Amino acid sequence: MLTVALLAFVIFRFVGDPVELMLNEQASQAQRDELRERLGLNRNIAWQFVTFVGNALRGDFGISYRNQQEVFTLIAERFPATFELVMVATLLSLAVGIPLGVYTAIRRGSLLAKALEFVSVLGVSLPSFALGILFILLFSVTLQWLPAFGRGEIVQVGGWSTGFLTPSGRLALILPGITLSLFQITLVMRLVRAEMLETMRTDFIRFARARGLSDKAVHFRYALRNCLMPVVTVTGLQIGNLIAFALVTETVFQWPGMGLLFVQAVTFVDIPVMAAYLMVVSFIFVALNTVVDLLYAYVDPRLREDAVTGAANAR
Amino acid sequence: MSAGTSSLLSVRDLKVVFDGRKGPLTALDGISFDIAPGEILGVVGESGAGKSLTGTAVIGLLDPPGRIAAGSIHLAGERIDNMSPEAMRRVRGRKIGAIFQDPLTSLHPLLTVGDQISDTILTHLQVTRDEARSRALALLRQVGIPAAETRIDHFPHQFSGGMRQRVVIALALCAEPALIIADEPTTALDVSIQAQITSLLKRLCREKGTAIMLVTHDMGVIAETADRVAVMYAGRIAEIGPVEEVTQRPKHPYTAGLMASIPSVQHRNAVLNQIDGSMPRLSAIPTGCSFHPRCLASSARCSKERPEHGSTLHAVACHHPLTDAKHV
Repeated sequence: MLTVALLAFVIFRFVGDPVELMLNEQASQAQRDELRERLGLNRNIAWQFVTFVGNALRGDFGISYRNQQEVFTLIAERFPATFELVMVATLLSLAVGIPLGVYTAIRRGSLLAKALEFVSVLGVSLPSFALGILFILLFSVTLQWLPAFGRGEIVQVGGWSTGFLTPSGRLALILPGITLSLFQITLVMRLVRAEMLETMRTDFIRFARARGLSDKAVHFRYALRNCLMPVVTVTGLQIGNLIAFALVTETVFQWPGMGLLFVQAVTFVDIPVMAAYLMVVSFIFVALNTVVDLLYAYVDPRLREDAVTGAANAR
Repeated sequence: MSAGTSSLLSVRDLKVVFDGRKGPLTALDGISFDIAPGEILGVVGESGAGKSLTGTAVIGLLDPPGRIAAGSIHLAGERIDNMSPEAMRRVRGRKIGAIFQDPLTSLHPLLTVGDQISDTILTHLQVTRDEARSRALALLRQVGIPAAETRIDHFPHQFSGGMRQRVVIALALCAEPALIIADEPTTALDVSIQAQITSLLKRLCREKGTAIMLVTHDMGVIAETADRVAVMYAGRIAEIGPVEEVTQRPKHPYTAGLMASIPSVQHRNAVLNQIDGSMPRLSAIPTGCSFHPRCLASSARCSKERPEHGSTLHAVACHHPLTDAKHV
């Protein structure tokens, strides 16, 4: 986190002089000096960095150059939109990817499995902006089933703007959700397939079969369970990637999330917003990794503290 | 002995082939044997002789491209080699149990041993989850797991290798099958644990009247445990008979060579005999008797005509069986 903070700070500090950007060309030297003093830009770099981190910890990322608004408020407004989109995409990727992965593994060589594998190659290689535009063309322009942009109506629930509660909000989630998740679906599917094939060859699966357990139990209770660890790992990492991919998807669908905010910030060299975006995304990454580590212990009993001591006692 | 009269398992002329790119490879050929209820049949041979494959074929778990090409397998008078996969699944675990070589990898690492036993019991018997659990507990006690009440909720990694093999035995026995196929059940264990596991297996099967097909390359285990023994070589049975007969008075030159290669405590310093050459690959099994290129007693007939073992008590597939007088 501190490294990212440093990076964000360096960008903040060295990519152009903010004073030049904030004031117009006719500003006097006195005005410039006064702003410099107000922003603390005349103090030494170490002091500035400490202040930056200190402020960031309190959720104060400074003021947007362009909108002259608190950056934190800007991000907080946009965060729910991105979060909902990413959650929908993640759930979709798991809900569709895992069953498809299991299917292609146990029906290996069947026509449908081969077709799915072929499509999955497409899914991996199609860039999401192309896919998004194709979807808009097909479902919004030609068929007019789904909205092409925006979040639809949103409802405020305790400072959190959600699109789940209105029909138009839910409809608006479908296209960006699918666009964002398609790559993840294929990734999860291929991962689960590879892991399943690996697991099906293990002795404990052979032994489970030799005990006459039903195919359903063998595949889902015994084999799939063993595949969940890598799925948890990859999903955790991919949520981070989804936020990054959301940038493109949000642009295509004009989704009012953090990604769109960032893209606009880049266009206007709005450095505090960019720095804050970087910080927030890295914070999400770190938080996700913690969650993933905790989930490991839930999925795999060998990693639990009491299990470790239990094994020691047994010896 | 004929099929279906007194025998529990009856295998006749079993042939297993693997369909490869260069045509089918015959891995097992003309395998015939019987196992009576409660009997322990040892199956010995070198690596690749087809011992494990025979067991795998009997429980119907041959992985493609392997398949049964000819012959029949009857269990308690019922033909099982051509059953539907679903019907065969009900036979596995319920009528034929299996124990594999490596207890470290045979158990699912993420499920408690109690759950794994209960799952198996629930698959085959009409009982409630609570009953299944109390049966699982009883089984763990029977196989000699100390403090079974707490151990039932432990995961496999919390058990030692010997304890895990006990759990595996409990799993194989949990639906009280009439036959257990034990594929090298002690190979992965310490020598001190091996004896415990072997005697446990023997005791439990005696109590429950379960027959065992004991696949191993360890003649010592066979001599201690088995009632009869089948010696396999290159996918065929070379010799089959009562264990004392075969070990003390082997008729097949290969069996005699095997016996001579076992170190004995009495003749500590004697040089061990070895059989020259190695077992042929599946793609290059010699014509006639597959052992003839390595056999000291081979004749012209051995390379042309394949010897068959009859169905006598001590049967041997050899044109020139050894008699008591000329033992090597």
